[in-house]
Amino acid sequence: MTEPSVPIGGQIPVEQGASAAPSVAPPGLTDATVEAGLEIKVRSQWDYARRRFLRHRLAMAGLIGLIILFGAGIFANYIAPYSFEQIDLNNILSPPTFAHNHFFGTDEIGRDYFSRVIYGIRTSEEVGVFVAVLSTFIGLVLGAIAGFYGGWIDNLLMRFTDLVLTLPFLAILLTAAALLGEGSQWRVSFILAVLFWTGTARVVRGIFLSLREKEYVEAAKAAGAGDMRIMFRHILPNTLGPVVVSGTLAVATAILIEAALSFLGFGIKPPTPSLGVLVAGGETNPQQWWLTVFPGLTIVLIVLCVNFVGDGLRDALDPTQRRVRA
Amino acid sequence: MLTYITRRVLYSIPVLIVSTFLSFTFVSLAGNPTAVLRSNPRFSPVTLHLLEHQQHLDRSIPVRYWFWVKEIFTNKLGDSLQTFQPIWPDLTRTAGHTLQVIIIAELLALVLGVAVGIYSAIKQYSVFDYAFTTISFLGFAMPTFWLALLLQILFVDIYLKWNVRIFYTSGLNSPGEGAWSIDRLQHIALPVITLLIISFATYSRYMRASMLDVINTDYVRTARAKGMSEWHVIMRHVFRNALIPIATIAALNFGALLGGAIVTETVFSLDGIGYYFIQKLQNLDLYAVMGYLLITAIAIIVFNLIADILYGYLDPRIRYD
Repeated sequence: MTEPSVPIGGQIPVEQGASAAPSVAPPGLTDATVEAGLEIKVRSQWDYARRRFLRHRLAMAGLIGLIILFGAGIFANYIAPYSFEQIDLNNILSPPTFAHNHFFGTDEIGRDYFSRVIYGIRTSEEVGVFVAVLSTFIGLVLGAIAGFYGGWIDNLLMRFTDLVLTLPFLAILLTAAALLGEGSQWRVSFILAVLFWTGTARVVRGIFLSLREKEYVEAAKAAGAGDMRIMFRHILPNTLGPVVVSGTLAVATAILIEAALSFLGFGIKPPTPSLGVLVAGGETNPQQWWLTVFPGLTIVLIVLCVNFVGDGLRDALDPTQRRVRA
Repeated sequence: MLTYITRRVLYSIPVLIVSTFLSFTFVSLAGNPTAVLRSNPRFSPVTLHLLEHQQHLDRSIPVRYWFWVKEIFTNKLGDSLQTFQPIWPDLTRTAGHTLQVIIIAELLALVLGVAVGIYSAIKQYSVFDYAFTTISFLGFAMPTFWLALLLQILFVDIYLKWNVRIFYTSGLNSPGEGAWSIDRLQHIALPVITLLIISFATYSRYMRASMLDVINTDYVRTARAKGMSEWHVIMRHVFRNALIPIATIAALNFGALLGGAIVTETVFSLDGIGYYFIQKLQNLDLYAVMGYLLITAIAIIVFNLIADILYGYLDPRIRYD
């Protein structure tokens, strides 16, 4: 994990004896390459990663699903047949129907649940992406500093991650949410990000700890590179694989936890449609199954897609890690 | 080993102090716990003032924290700020209910998860394997509260349509029924099933991965080469070693669940410790919330320690000094 198995700059795959089995192309080679018998092609590490990812079927399915779902969220204004707060008193608690474009039915004051779910996706994706980006950034910077310099910063960081690990996670989140008060998704996202970065920081710190002793870092130092250059130019790229993977998976975790917080009444508050709030709305009307099923199903789909993409990225970017077939 | 345990226990004391102080500050800053009483016309301002003085609410947060720490040892976590009842009996009562649920759920999940994990690993890429892989992926992606609500809706519908009561969908007991009765089982069945599905997804997945790790090692090939029966190889050589990581995960999971499955208990209005916490937090009942946080933090620390000791015990290559 700490060292790329293939040196950056490209490996030269030389495939021989292709004539023995011309119909089966070995992985990583196109048919044309095989037919030529002995073809040399230089590919960068990123080319390999991209090819591995593109060939990962579940990851591609997840990516397409994610583009559709998040696209619907981004363009909610154009896609949703109604606004998320528009009241239609002629169709109260209507089951899913095509009649008035109430595909997911309506709630007790006639708001269209299909539109609300689409706007809910927008809220959830904002939370997920914001938390992932912010927590990854904090974790990256602090992990890099702690791993590179060691000393009291490192000690403090590790004690803090210990602290976060020994706390009842949901309980602390709820307590923090009670402190900051109810409100917009940004407040909830901020709380989540503050508790999420420790995982990334630990991983980055570990990689920095082992790589700062490597000869190439010494060489860079001898050549006169400053600390910043060594940290961000020479060591940081090696952390990218695990960091991208954990960042992707953080999107899913953040969406799930935000939904749970909102459901318990400590997250996003009702005027803003979040998927957790929508499921909670279904709780008060247990006879109207559609109010519970559709928002929840949307959460499941988003999280599934994110997890598949994360798995694909892990397989693609982190070749040293054992592959768990999805 | 003893020195290791002592060191860990001593080390966890400052962690506990810092974490409880932080959460104490959070809850204190979140609002005034007497706000609810203030709206009650039967409490005069003088009484409220006296109460605030008695509960040290007029002091600074560090001073209040110090008084709370003293309460832990002298008065068993003190009294609730809203009901004026002692907190300790409430916590033990609710923790008992939570324990009943999570012990059943975790044991079932562990047995089923391990069994399915073994079989999936042996028959890798079979229909069975793919089916349970799908189930566990769904289990990972499903919000707990949604699963709980679906079960609730399903059984409410069954009751309303056919008037059959298979499982109750909320509460702990029908009136007049005890803690060890069929009625109790009917009440806790749905929370148990919810937790069971979520934990099962984790255990079966880890067991499968861990089995596959071991199955490809050299000593397993050696065992096969010696002519041992496949059953013997799997049970004696693979299964036992594959179980080590599962033991750790189960211990950690159990410690985390001791804090109550907050979401599950809330959905089913189960009188467990997590539901207790949510209710108290909504009222900003400072000392009750802190009592809960202290107990769950200790539970997590203890089970983290158990997990580490278990790991060292099961895998002799791990040595703690």
